[in-house]
Amino acid sequence: MSTSLVTSRKLTVRYGETTVLHDVDLYVNAGEIVTIVGPNGSGKSTLLTAILGGVALAGGTIERAPGLRIGYVPQRLVLDPTLPMTVERFLSLPRPVPASKAREALERAGVPEIGGRQMAALSGGQFQRALLARAILEEPDLLILDEATAGLDQPGAAAFYRRIEEVRTETGCGVLMISHDLHVVMSTSDRVICLNGHVCCEGTPEVVANAPDYRRLFGEGTRGALALYRHHHDHSHTHDAPQDTAG
Amino acid sequence: MLDDFMTRAALAGIGTGLAAAPLGCFVVWRRMAYFGDATAHAAILGVALSLAFSVPVFAGAMIVALIMATTVSMISGRGYAMDTLLGVMAHSALAFGLVGVTFIPGVRIDLMAYLFGDILSVSRVDLGVIWGGAALVLALIGWRWNALLTATLNEGLARAAGIDPKREQLVLTLALAVVVAVAIKVVGVLLITALLIIPAAAVRPFAATPERMGVMAALVAMVSAWSGLRASYEFDTPTGPTIVCVTALLFCLSTAMAGLRRAA
Repeated sequence: MSTSLVTSRKLTVRYGETTVLHDVDLYVNAGEIVTIVGPNGSGKSTLLTAILGGVALAGGTIERAPGLRIGYVPQRLVLDPTLPMTVERFLSLPRPVPASKAREALERAGVPEIGGRQMAALSGGQFQRALLARAILEEPDLLILDEATAGLDQPGAAAFYRRIEEVRTETGCGVLMISHDLHVVMSTSDRVICLNGHVCCEGTPEVVANAPDYRRLFGEGTRGALALYRHHHDHSHTHDAPQDTAG
Repeated sequence: MLDDFMTRAALAGIGTGLAAAPLGCFVVWRRMAYFGDATAHAAILGVALSLAFSVPVFAGAMIVALIMATTVSMISGRGYAMDTLLGVMAHSALAFGLVGVTFIPGVRIDLMAYLFGDILSVSRVDLGVIWGGAALVLALIGWRWNALLTATLNEGLARAAGIDPKREQLVLTLALAVVVAVAIKVVGVLLITALLIIPAAAVRPFAATPERMGVMAALVAMVSAWSGLRASYEFDTPTGPTIVCVTALLFCLSTAMAGLRRAA
């Protein structure tokens, strides 16, 4: 616990009368991939926003390691069509970076060729990788991803998570992410936190998958993971239908 | 040189355009057009109060614009949508301003001058205020440029980089209030939003980066101010609206050119 990058204790957030999060204890260590899963409205995004310092806490504390550098990949970045923005310019926000460093970050994110292109002209996968490149540009200690693969198809999402794992291995940063792709979560995460306003259960993917609370939220066994995936991405209930790849 | 009213008018128009256009880019990017419009309309109440209490119109308009903009920013999201609040506050302020002016004794006020501007009567003092305000706005936006851009893209990205999006919003609000105050004399409260938005929209198809868009918008605004002034002299038309007409024509031209380029 002494190497933890960020720690929350008894974190509580209220929006008006509604308690969104209560008594959330969470920590992320260096070099560790922690994934938050939970149904819609379970407070996942609010938890990340709180860790970024964007909401007033109704209770509890958040402690960051001194001098902690955070790289953040938002769920969906809506670029207004009136805002012209090349990938290179985007990488230099808010601080200018040398061209060599920008190129290196794009390579590491797996998209070395897109520097001169307009952000609006990128495909969904390229766009998310441009966001990833910017997030890892300043060698963060902690990478925070809020459903970073929401717009990607299954192979695209899997490739994206492999890239995250590589970045973790190369830089030794900690990773805290929200994901709906339970099958991917189970294979890449070191720890899974199941959230539903509070921490229902947490532990290694195997422990969480077998926890009664998790099963109550997501259903039984391996079919549970599939059911959740389908619930959010495909409303057809024929189980042998081809996977819907639209996000 | 400043003895000539045409020279003073030209300098006033160019100074206002120079400050309004780069700020206008943010207004367009953040979809704050109605916010800008509402802030400008509310400034009429400031004009009325200034005349009643014998303070400079510039100061009164700026203060009311600022109060109105910050109030709306603060109370939005508590039951009413932003545009509803803006509509309530801006038009109430406009109406109270228009009514209030009639109670001021002994002064015969030409309201048209505040609604549509009176650029030909710009004095040396006005000119100082306009260029002082323009310099302030340009300095403010230049200083916060990268932070403003980051916060405009995504609030989470801004927070992760240690930027407070609310503070950046406040910077824009302040800049907007100053621009409204300096532009009243030039185009009047009803057409200020045109100065903010049309130059930015006109150059969008030709800009690859936000910086280039800001510079090009400023150029379009300055050219419009100069040409509009010449045209109004030539055709004996009201100057403020003529400036906006020229900007609108430039927008049509640029849209047509962008369409041709895409088709080619």
